[in-house]
Amino acid sequence: MTSNYNFAFLDENTKRMLRRALLKAVAIPGYQVPFGSREMPLPYGWGTGGIQLTAALLGPDDVLKVIDQGADDTTNAVNIRRFFARVAGVTTTERTTEASVIQTRHRIPETPLREDQILVFQVPEPEPLRTLEPREAETRTLHALADYGLMHVKLYEDIAQYGHIATSYDYPVLVDGRFLTSPSPIPKFDNPKLDHSPALMLFGAGREKRLYAIPPYTRVESLAFEDHPFEIQRWEHQCELCGADESYLDEVVVDDLGSRMFVCSDTDYCGQRRAEQAA
Amino acid sequence: MSALLQVRGLSHHYGQRIGCQDVSFDLHPGELLCIVGESGSGKSTLLKTAAAQLAASSGSVRYHQRNGAWLDLDELSEADRRRLAREEWGFVTQNPRDGLRLNVSAGANVAERLMALGMRNYGQLREIARGWLERVEIDPSRIDDAPTAFSGGMQQRLQIARTLVTQPRLVFMDEPTAGLDVSVQARILDLLRRLVNELGLAAVMVTHDLAVARLLAARTMVMQGGRVVETGLTDQILDDPQHPYTQLLVSSVLTT
Repeated sequence: MTSNYNFAFLDENTKRMLRRALLKAVAIPGYQVPFGSREMPLPYGWGTGGIQLTAALLGPDDVLKVIDQGADDTTNAVNIRRFFARVAGVTTTERTTEASVIQTRHRIPETPLREDQILVFQVPEPEPLRTLEPREAETRTLHALADYGLMHVKLYEDIAQYGHIATSYDYPVLVDGRFLTSPSPIPKFDNPKLDHSPALMLFGAGREKRLYAIPPYTRVESLAFEDHPFEIQRWEHQCELCGADESYLDEVVVDDLGSRMFVCSDTDYCGQRRAEQAA
Repeated sequence: MSALLQVRGLSHHYGQRIGCQDVSFDLHPGELLCIVGESGSGKSTLLKTAAAQLAASSGSVRYHQRNGAWLDLDELSEADRRRLAREEWGFVTQNPRDGLRLNVSAGANVAERLMALGMRNYGQLREIARGWLERVEIDPSRIDDAPTAFSGGMQQRLQIARTLVTQPRLVFMDEPTAGLDVSVQARILDLLRRLVNELGLAAVMVTHDLAVARLLAARTMVMQGGRVVETGLTDQILDDPQHPYTQLLVSSVLTT
């Protein structure tokens, strides 16, 4: 740990402010709590919200895992992991089961989470109604009055244009039957994992200065129509590395002749399965 | 028969200036009331104040709800105001682009109020939207087209469909035919007259066009400088105007 920094980079007052906001967020599931977002040593859009939440949560005994689109070895994940190893001196890991805090961009790990784990999401746009209603004062009023008919206008448009609900990521959910919430741009494949999750889910949007939470064992419904129910993505393929047929697959182009392969997006899950198969 | 809307001594001031001053009227179920007057006479201000979109400076508006109870719009919470505007009222703006949601299809525009009321069946929503497009003489095959692809007159008809789809009891209309050419105006007025009769709805319509009042309204109110100068049966007002301003207004209509 570099001694020139306060533990976990942020000063104690900032962490205190963040923790107070987080407590409020947990008390009101799905409600967007404003907070004083700080400048972080990475650009907006790279996870400034998530990184501040993680900084406020970490203690010296925590074990941190960072994933980006499910992978532990991409630039964003590697940088954030190395950042916290340096400014907090915490142990880092790539194993989902070993981690106590997991910061994620756009995925929920395939391995089921436990009660003693916290998942921190990086959120670019916390307001699910924003594309339909640009006025912040108006969206806040709509949340206050639980007036969410507008969200179905978007789903209606999807079906009218594409014949099915084409929204495949950042699929809107209703948390605890009350607040319409953006699950961050996770694929809708991961939406069912939000429902009654044993792990605490925290969401941080640094540029928009909002954070919110889905506490453990909270009801999370994905919106849908009666005659067009919510469905997750399915593949005709299996993972070509580990053979998994129930995980979220990435399509990877492997040469310039158009050959491609489907592999698990969750690198730890895929690696563990292969290790088991080899043993 | 008891009134649907009771307006008493209603005023709205923009700072020192008068928007409308001391206006009173009753609106009965199934009745269409026209407010006429030159521009700047306070017609739209009166309409918006009566529809609780603007706060009244003084006076009161009472609305007779579906459940029989009288509602004082002064004491209305924001939540109730929105519920009322969504479930029992409709508002048609002069410029259809203000009343429509331009980035979604015509069908979604018509179905929006139904979804806000909690209807969650896509097939049904679509069926109703198609039916309404037909009723306002828009080809139902254009249900998935964006409103921006429609002509001005079609946009206005779409706005009317979108407003009436929840079968409101009371509709406020702010010059719905202004800015449209005469033949389109005639069709929309014809349509409005038919729908008002079919659905038995009450409406307050603002217009500067006396012919519109003559065609649609049983009763007419004439406004000048924020005040009502004359009120009565439309035919009576247009054929035998008493107030000098009304006389001027009536005589200034071009006759061909």
